[in-house]
Amino acid sequence: MNVNYMFSLLAVVVLILLAYVGVEGAGLQVLFGVIIPYIAVFIFIAGFVYRVMDWVRSPVPFRIPSTCGQQKSLPWIKENKIDNPSTAGGVIVRMIFEILFFRSLFRNTSCRLNEGAKITYVWEKWLWLAALAFHYSFLTVLIRHLRFFLEPVPVCLQLLEKVDSFFQLGLPGLFLSGVVLLAAVIFLFLRRIYIPQVRYISLASDFFPLFLIISIAITGIFMRYFTKVDIVGIKEFAMGLVTLHPTIPDGLGGLFYVHLFLVSVLFVYFPFSKLMHMGGVFLSPTRNLPNNNRAERHINPWNPSVKLHTYQEYEDDFREKMIEAGLPVEKES
Amino acid sequence: MNDKNKIITGLIIFIVIITFPFWYNMGKASPVPEPKLTDKAKAAKECVEPKEYMKVEHMQILDIWRDSVVREADRVYINEKGKKFNMSLSTGDDSCMGCHSNKADFCDKCHDYASVRPYCWDCHIEPPKEKK
Repeated sequence: MNVNYMFSLLAVVVLILLAYVGVEGAGLQVLFGVIIPYIAVFIFIAGFVYRVMDWVRSPVPFRIPSTCGQQKSLPWIKENKIDNPSTAGGVIVRMIFEILFFRSLFRNTSCRLNEGAKITYVWEKWLWLAALAFHYSFLTVLIRHLRFFLEPVPVCLQLLEKVDSFFQLGLPGLFLSGVVLLAAVIFLFLRRIYIPQVRYISLASDFFPLFLIISIAITGIFMRYFTKVDIVGIKEFAMGLVTLHPTIPDGLGGLFYVHLFLVSVLFVYFPFSKLMHMGGVFLSPTRNLPNNNRAERHINPWNPSVKLHTYQEYEDDFREKMIEAGLPVEKES
Repeated sequence: MNDKNKIITGLIIFIVIITFPFWYNMGKASPVPEPKLTDKAKAAKECVEPKEYMKVEHMQILDIWRDSVVREADRVYINEKGKKFNMSLSTGDDSCMGCHSNKADFCDKCHDYASVRPYCWDCHIEPPKEKK
């Protein structure tokens, strides 16, 4: 038994019970349906701004040349313009690769002992693949949910839904993104359990969001395909929230409030956790600065102004004495 | 250091994006759709199953009906109370749309509201209205 994931699992179970009992038992629809979601959105935005502004204030005076390619050098040495950019354009391309395709993660290798004591680094793409699947399906699911918050529903959303339910499996049509999301997040969880090294470095703060997202996905899938909810009622509810005229339609069911409460918890938790890599990835100093240390001089902006006394000035002061003592001087008189 | 402006610009763009639903709906009324029943449907009082059940499960019933009709040629549906119904979406007076003949006011209202576009009508056509 690992304390880290047991605690996280327990925390999520408690949260689920809290919302379910709160709504089904105590009838706290207004608390879980209106007050908590509003607070959650507010804390999310305020916390996000707070964290980013904190990073803005953290100085990054120098370029950190953590690179994966040949630096710009002599004209006959070929520069790697993306992996070791010397211009803003190169940096933008590197950042696009990083943010949209997780290029750093793509370089992931796993280190094994092969043939006895021979160490080998093997390319390991599963983490990258699962991460990519997870992030993109989560984004798709998130955007799909906008259909509850927008009226009329924009055409691009309808198009997305059409693509997402491409296989027309069952009714209501199966959304692929939901399945991929759940599968990928479970893979990411199992990876932390089954790989000993990864389990060793995994903390409760790694497991908690995973359990939270797994629970959100499962409750969502249950509502859509199995237990069923009154979709028009939910849209009425969601529209009430975004038009600032909250209403609580009857018969939304405990499961819906559990789903909503877990999402609210995720929103509150987000800015103060590792999930802030969403904003942080844009500010990675090793990725978003051109490596031009050798071409340009970067002066530390908070250097105190030191009164300089250069060698030339020193020689001017002591030239005659130096000549007398037989010391070499740069200028004779 | 000198990236303060860029970062704050990015942050503002992010906030605008995540608050998109709030300002998209600003000043728009979005009444909750009330599907209208035809006189015939009103007179029948109840659909093949109770209203609450139909509200959330009608799509699954239709899916099962389709398989039953197309694959097993079985057009008889027996509901909870033992009453028999003809399985058909749009053919004849004893089909779904024989009763709910007002597609625009009945089906489409909620489907449009919840952004659901069922592919029923990829194959079926809405029964043409009699001219009065």
